Order: sequence, then structure tokens, then C-alpha cells
Amino acid sequence: MSTNTLPAALAEIVDDFQALSEPERLQLLLEFSRGLPELPERLLDHPELLEQVVECQSPLFLTIETERKDDGGAPGYRLFFKAPPEAPTTRGFAGVLHEGLDGLTAAEILSVPDDMPELLGLTRAITPLRMRGMTAMLGRIKRKVAAADRLQS
Amino acid sequence: MSYPVEQNEKFAKYAHPERLVSTEWLAAALEGGALSDGKLVIVESDEDVLLYETGHIPGAVKIDWHTDLNDEVTRDYVDGAGFAALAAAKGISRDTTVVIYGDKSNWWAAYALWVFTLFGHKDVRLLDGGRDKWIAEGRALTTEVPQPAPGEYPVVERNDAPIRAFKEDVLAHLGKPLIDVRSPEEYTGQRTHMPAYPEEGALRGGHIPTAASIPWARAAAEDGSYRSREELEALYLGEAGLQEGDEVVAYCRIGERSSHTWFALKYLLGFQNVRNYDGSWTEWGNAVRVPIVKGAERGSVPALVH
Repeated sequence: MSTNTLPAALAEIVDDFQALSEPERLQLLLEFSRGLPELPERLLDHPELLEQVVECQSPLFLTIETERKDDGGAPGYRLFFKAPPEAPTTRGFAGVLHEGLDGLTAAEILSVPDDMPELLGLTRAITPLRMRGMTAMLGRIKRKVAAADRLQS
Repeated sequence: MSYPVEQNEKFAKYAHPERLVSTEWLAAALEGGALSDGKLVIVESDEDVLLYETGHIPGAVKIDWHTDLNDEVTRDYVDGAGFAALAAAKGISRDTTVVIYGDKSNWWAAYALWVFTLFGHKDVRLLDGGRDKWIAEGRALTTEVPQPAPGEYPVVERNDAPIRAFKEDVLAHLGKPLIDVRSPEEYTGQRTHMPAYPEEGALRGGHIPTAASIPWARAAAEDGSYRSREELEALYLGEAGLQEGDEVVAYCRIGERSSHTWFALKYLLGFQNVRNYDGSWTEWGNAVRVPIVKGAERGSVPALVH
């Protein structure tokens, strides 16, 4: 698997991780955990709109919203995540997916290989056990986007 | 020479008060410059591999349960040479007093303490209440990572037998008390694996015959500290039915949650012979022809295994 099948923003993140040493990759993940945007107010007040990804060791909730394009093209999907500050690894993964996939079309998001998280080169430093959460997060996003996309067409 | 033991009313009732320190005690020790000469080292051990980096007790070093304490290839712990190298790098010598703390009521800290004990490290203590209590009390945190002077740690062979049980040991132990510290859903076999991850769990659900179900977190109070001696006795002597002098084996899924219970049984209630079965359900639930009981009843020892 190479990065040339990934959406541009995600490919860039993967390249950044791969260019670093293992300890530096952990630092970069920590930066992503700090960069994860807060939930917008309308979702803060409605926790029931978020779904928990139970495979993550720490509580992670996510949802997607469809965003119509003015030019009538394929709609984009906005991604929203909620994870507590005491779960920086989970937040970091969420931050990577947010920066890499937020606003993309269903076709773009669904084209991301399921094992993309392994490209970040974190498996040894994070352990395979903890990588599961990230794979599960991506899987959940793809399932939700696929379901929403079927409703669109 | 090890550090003075904390004296307080709660700890005095435990069988081994020297195994715990309070947040007040640690804060005072820090204030008094305890970390300056390598006699006391504070270790943070968390579930989340990046949590330490977001802020930790000033002067504390990090030990990750998985990347530091587990062997990378074999499902086992590091060997004597690996442990000596790790300890020395963290500024720990053989006679250092080590205080371990972590997230989730010290779940992972207790696991790290158990591994230190496999190597016979003499003075290793838990910070009662762990990371959450320290933070809740508004105590100092820093993101500054200390660069300790290397400790002097000999290569000590691990001595597993006294506190670690393997599958064969558990089979031979059947008929004596077992404590299952997993959730009730895991105990009854209602849940065999994490949803959507069939390949990652166990092939069979349920519990080891006769095991009492006492989920690990019941030993912890709301603030993450251990419950009082009386409360722990009600739980393990009352509910689980343990008796003084019993040999006990505790298990969970991979041996982490049961380390927390192992600590309570061994050091707080004073059971001499308590072993942690770290193979736990990820081994037992996948092993061929081991006896399993489903449902809420403890079940009985099958005749065949004796």
C-alpha cells in the first residue's frame, strides 16, 4: 500500500509521520491530539447524536454531517469527534482523521484503505492493541459515510 | 536504604501499609527534595501511551506497560537484562524506593508494580488514588521530562513462581479460590469479544469454574484510592468467600485489571499466596479442552481435570 491512493491531505499527514523517527511520531500524534477541534455548540447540547466507538480503549464519540456543495457536485462530509483530554492517543488519531478527511466526498473517504492507520508507522510505539482503536474509528466513519451516501442517491 | 514508610490511620489497618503512599506524603517528599539523590523515583504508568506527555508529577519518569515491560516478540515480560537496562535508564537502582502511579485508579500502575515484583524489587509502592486524585487535588504537574542520572541495576532473573500463575498452574489450582475481575458480561460469557472485533477476542466466553466474580473497580473508591480494609474484607472475605490462609489466583483479560486486585489481596488484606494469571481470558478462552462455566453461577470443578 502506498500513499498515492490516499486523499491529498491524508497522504501529506502520512508522509509527515513517515519522515520522522519513532519518538518524534509520538510527539506529532500528541500535536494532533491538541489540534482536534471542539464540538460545535449544536452537538455539545445533543450527545445522543454522537456514536461511541467501543473498540477504542478510551471513550470516543463521533458523528458525520452531510454538506451540500453550491455547485451541485457530490456532497462533502463533515466529521465531528469527542474524546476526553485524558485520552491523548485516541484524540491524536481522531485529529489525524479529522485533518485528513474532513469535508471530503463519500468516494474520497471510502477509497481510504481500511489499514491506512498502519502507514503512520506508530504500530510499534503505540502497540497493535492501541492501533485497533484507530482502525475502528476509520471503519466507523466509512460505514457511516457509506450509509449516508446510499440515502443521497 | 529505603525511604521512611508513611504512617496514617487508613494505611495502618492494611496488612502492608509500607506498600502505599498518599498524595499528601508524596507532595511533602517532593517539597523536601526527595528526588535529588536517586533514593526515591516516581514512575507514571498509564493506559494511554501519551498521557504522561500531557503533564505529570514533577520529576516523574514514564514506564509504558506494553512497550517497556512486555517482550516485543514472545507473550512474556522483559528478561533480567531488559529490566536492568530499563530501570537504570529511569534512574532506578536496586535499593531505590519506587512510587508508581497512573490513570484509571492505578490499574496500569498496579500492573507495573507487579512486574517490578517479579524481579524482586524490594521497595515499590503505589500512590493511593493515582493520577486522578493528584490532579483532582490541584497538585503540581509539569510537561518537563527529567533526565535522571543512570541507576545501578543488577541483572536479576525474574522469579515468576510466587506471584505469577500460568495456565497449567491454574488447572492444578482448581478447587482453590479464583477471583475473576472482569465485567459481569465477560464473566457470564454474554460477551466473548469486543463488538465488531471478533478476531481479537476469545473463541469461548464464560469463566474458569468456581471463580468468584468481583470486578476489579469495586476495590477502588470514587477518588481512585483503595477502599478501606473493612470494605475490602466485606468484598473478598464476605462476598467472594475467601478465608485466611487461602491460596488465591486472580485473572482478567490480559492480567492488568487483576494486578489491581492482586495488590489488594496481597498487600492490603495480607494473603501470603496470591498469584496473577496474566494469560487470563485471552489464553483460557482460546485454549483447547480447558473447563469453562457460562452464566452467573460459579460452577463446580469438573472431575476430569484432577
